Amino acid sequence: MFELLGIPPQVLFGQLLLGLINGAFYATLSLGLALIFGLLNIINFTHGAQYMMGAFVAYLLLNLLGIGYWPSLFLAPILVGLVGIVLEKTMLSRLYKLDHLYGLLLTFGLALLIEGAFRQMYGVSGLPYPIPDVLKGGQNLGFMFLPNYRAWVVVASLLICFATWFLIERTKLGSYLRAATENPALVQAFGINVPRMITLTYGFGVALAGFAGVLAAPIYSVNPLMGSNLIVVVFAVVVIGGMGSILGAILTGFGLGLVEGLTKVFYPEASNTVIFIIMAIVLVLKPAGLFGRAR
Amino acid sequence: MAEALLKVAGLHAFYGESHILHGMDFEIRQGEVATLLGRNGAGKTTTLRAIMGIVGQRQGSVSFEGTETIGLTSNKIAKMGIAYCPEERGIFASLNVEENLLLPPVVKPGGMPVEEIFELFPNLKTRLYSQGTKLSGGEQQMLAIGRILRTGANLLLLDEPTEGLAPVIVQQIGAVIRKLKEKGLTILLVEQNFHFAATVADRHYIVEHGRVIDMIPNAEAEANLGKLHTYLGV
Repeated sequence: MFELLGIPPQVLFGQLLLGLINGAFYATLSLGLALIFGLLNIINFTHGAQYMMGAFVAYLLLNLLGIGYWPSLFLAPILVGLVGIVLEKTMLSRLYKLDHLYGLLLTFGLALLIEGAFRQMYGVSGLPYPIPDVLKGGQNLGFMFLPNYRAWVVVASLLICFATWFLIERTKLGSYLRAATENPALVQAFGINVPRMITLTYGFGVALAGFAGVLAAPIYSVNPLMGSNLIVVVFAVVVIGGMGSILGAILTGFGLGLVEGLTKVFYPEASNTVIFIIMAIVLVLKPAGLFGRAR
Repeated sequence: MAEALLKVAGLHAFYGESHILHGMDFEIRQGEVATLLGRNGAGKTTTLRAIMGIVGQRQGSVSFEGTETIGLTSNKIAKMGIAYCPEERGIFASLNVEENLLLPPVVKPGGMPVEEIFELFPNLKTRLYSQGTKLSGGEQQMLAIGRILRTGANLLLLDEPTEGLAPVIVQQIGAVIRKLKEKGLTILLVEQNFHFAATVADRHYIVEHGRVIDMIPNAEAEANLGKLHTYLGV
């Protein structure tokens, strides 16, 4: 069959794997964005910078304190999440009563500041981060070669996406979160501290970005601009999945990564634009997104 | 005479620039069912929201069990034992019936067990895993009342629980309110429907232009029908 299409399976599966890796990052990042948009009504443009910060924190932990990949996978998201919490407490929390646009402008400005500061300190050539020893090498699957670390990235992001989905859709805490997304005033009038929940949700969404950053560090080099390159596509993913939809963000993230990979095989010229073409079509046919509820 | 459970004095409330309540004064005694009656736009719903602390701004005094609440946020007020059932019912679409029912946290001991809530509202038990907003209007109202009975709150604020419902369901809700009163709960009820209010309440406060302009004990309602008709414009 592959010979008929004139495409060797190694090429097809290789691109599909790349697509799946990209999809893993799209999913993890757009999940955080969807969570934040749902509860805070803030389009978090700082998300790309926070992803980059995750990678940098891992890099700095390794090079300044000798703390390796595995502890960093927990420490870096926590640290980046804490920075997010400070940001929410001091700045974002003042914007909730205003139009979306103000939140977007503030977070966009913050992203420029953060990326500018990192660029000033570390330049843009990128810093290396080693693959942890246990994940070096790969498996020969016959039809393709699967590097261990890349397999781990897909598994880890699937796990974190599933855990987040479960937390939100299947637990008591998640039911508070879903209810507060619909009607925060009423949820607070039931005795729940909604402002604190909002702060923690922002921190969690940002921590997800930081987690993705640590996952990305050994694959892409650690670079102040790594977030801004990715974030535009991630926003397209969120729009296609439906703003604020958790499951939508996850499925669309992985799905579009695969679509992008397939496009690279069959029509490479369109691989950079295919997601935006899909976004345009989805917006025309289903303005609330594939999984979104019209509000 | 029993001590007032809730005492509202000189209560003003604002939504942005609009001044809705202009010094509400009234009180509710422990174990009593009181209503706020009045025309549309008189400020009845705003009074409940102001007690709960979910208006833009409020001034004056709202004391509950002798504690002043005017400076507190709504989650703190809820924790003291006041529960609110909004006019639009506030059933969450992204939660199923069970999740809606279990959503409000328990604030005091002595709340109604879930099994007892199902005895009051058997319909809820059969629809436990339906999406909250897929229920009929009457069932949604039952869910909205049922979920605040679990919490142990001893003052219930019910905003037009009979609005838009079929007579048989209105009767069912009336029976539930009387049962809750027997259990010793205190209820502040906002109603448009005086005939319904007269079947459950001890006293009626008449609200006009954001003030209480009269109080009529239910026992004297018959004698004051003429006056009531003038107030309510029915």
